[in-house]
Amino acid sequence: MKRTLVVVSAGLRLPSSTRMLADRLADSTRRLLDERGEQVEVVTVEVRDLARDLVSHLTTGYPSEQLRRTFGAIAKADGLIAVTPTFTASYSGLFKMFFDCLDDTALVGKPVLLAATGGTARHSLVLEHALRPMFAYLRAATLPTAVFAATEEWGGGDAGEPLVRRVERAAEELAGEVARRDPPTAPDPYRAPLPFERLLEGG
Amino acid sequence: MQIGIFGVGDLARDPVSGRTPTEHDRIKAVVEYAKLAEDVGLDVFAMGEHHNPPFVPSSPTTILGHIAARTERILLSTSTTLITTNDPVKIAEDYATLQHLADGRADLMMGRGNTGPVYPWFGKDIRDGIALAVENYALLHRLWREDVVDWEGRFRTPLQGFTSTPRPLDGVPPFVWHASIRSPEIAEQAAYYGDGFFHNNLFWPKEHVRRLVELYRSRFEHYGHGSADQGIVGLAAHLFVRPKSQDAVREFRPYFDHSLYGGGPSLEETMEQTAVIAGSPQEVIERVLRYREHAAGDYQRQLFVVDGVGVPHKTVLEQIEMLGEVVPVLRREFAQGRPAHVPDAPTHASLTAAARAATLSGEGRR
Repeated sequence: MKRTLVVVSAGLRLPSSTRMLADRLADSTRRLLDERGEQVEVVTVEVRDLARDLVSHLTTGYPSEQLRRTFGAIAKADGLIAVTPTFTASYSGLFKMFFDCLDDTALVGKPVLLAATGGTARHSLVLEHALRPMFAYLRAATLPTAVFAATEEWGGGDAGEPLVRRVERAAEELAGEVARRDPPTAPDPYRAPLPFERLLEGG
Repeated sequence: MQIGIFGVGDLARDPVSGRTPTEHDRIKAVVEYAKLAEDVGLDVFAMGEHHNPPFVPSSPTTILGHIAARTERILLSTSTTLITTNDPVKIAEDYATLQHLADGRADLMMGRGNTGPVYPWFGKDIRDGIALAVENYALLHRLWREDVVDWEGRFRTPLQGFTSTPRPLDGVPPFVWHASIRSPEIAEQAAYYGDGFFHNNLFWPKEHVRRLVELYRSRFEHYGHGSADQGIVGLAAHLFVRPKSQDAVREFRPYFDHSLYGGGPSLEETMEQTAVIAGSPQEVIERVLRYREHAAGDYQRQLFVVDGVGVPHKTVLEQIEMLGEVVPVLRREFAQGRPAHVPDAPTHASLTAAARAATLSGEGRR
């Protein structure tokens, strides 16, 4: 089956460790889905490229053409990988702004892999205390494994479970959830509205 | 094509002079705008309804009733009437009274409002916004068409043997528009009744406006009121016009930057995307004629905001006068190539004539 994964990466620098983590998660998930015979297209969204569009969306209330296309891709995606740097004990403001602008039903029931980067592993609970509640609010199907990558883990300085193992475990969970679901259907209320008789009866 | 002005009566500080008008000044000024709009040949004057500062018009039928007494030709409308938080019985009574006083020169535009706390202030729940708009209008629709109404719904105390007075003028209810910027349910509602659909496209790009208008048009046809291009569609625009384009942009910029428009995309970007126009009369004409693309065809009503955001009284009067000069050109150009089967917006005269014709043909069959 043809599948789409959207990767939202909210790193700011180049090279970005947030993007590196996003790519590793996407590559592993793609490989695992390939092995299951699924054809996977990965669409990567650099939130930084949309920074001005997001501010404009908040002030004007409507998305730019590029933002509209990006949100459309997310609504139709089989799964989402969301990766943010840790800023001031939480996700970055830009990352939050992206999800503030996204339609609040776009992620309902959708498998979402959460990931974050930070200077040290002491920030790792940002995944559980900041990201997971936000995606729970959006009624996303977040995966049990969320991946945090501290700077030192890009070398060999990790005392616990190595990053590659955690990436692999999270990717397995995402691939499994994607593979067992039908591709999402995104109904267009502007094409097929609720008939008025139903509205009169109270929806 | 009906062309007019509308406003929401916001009380804003003029960022250039630093002055803020009093509520009294603002209410009196609005009346003056309506009078001048008639004098320069505009077709419609519409007033909004709000129940919180910085807006002054909480009692639109008082203002419109007063204007009705001071004008002779201009059609009076609302922008919008809160169908969600007002009692539909009171709307039926108030606007039927206005219709009599104005000798039929009144219609109204239903909206859900844009201020969240208005719902709890009037004992309602904002989560019921669409359901309130649907149920309240269903009752209003009956109150104006049935002399005696028995009714029971979710949101209002039941009615047994209720007659809303005065009965509509000549037995013909005021024409109703339903306004929405993003809700397919409201386009569906307007289409179901064969009422008008108004998109306040001030802040919205073409594609966004068009998909909602197209939905209304296709459902209008679905419900058997005519073909899709016979739907009754209205659009808005924010206008600042000066003889020279550069003067318009330069003079309007501080009002744009210091109002709810500011802080985001620039005036130039906003003008490119939405229905905010600061320019010369020729630019206004060119821009407005292109709104037929937003309306997915020929449409029936074009309303302009010319006041608010702190623009001073004298400047607003100048805007209305300039609009008076532009309007004959707009009317002529809009008429070019407009198919004969595309109707004008209904008026009391046309609705009365249609009702009479229907009665006669009914008698003929018998």
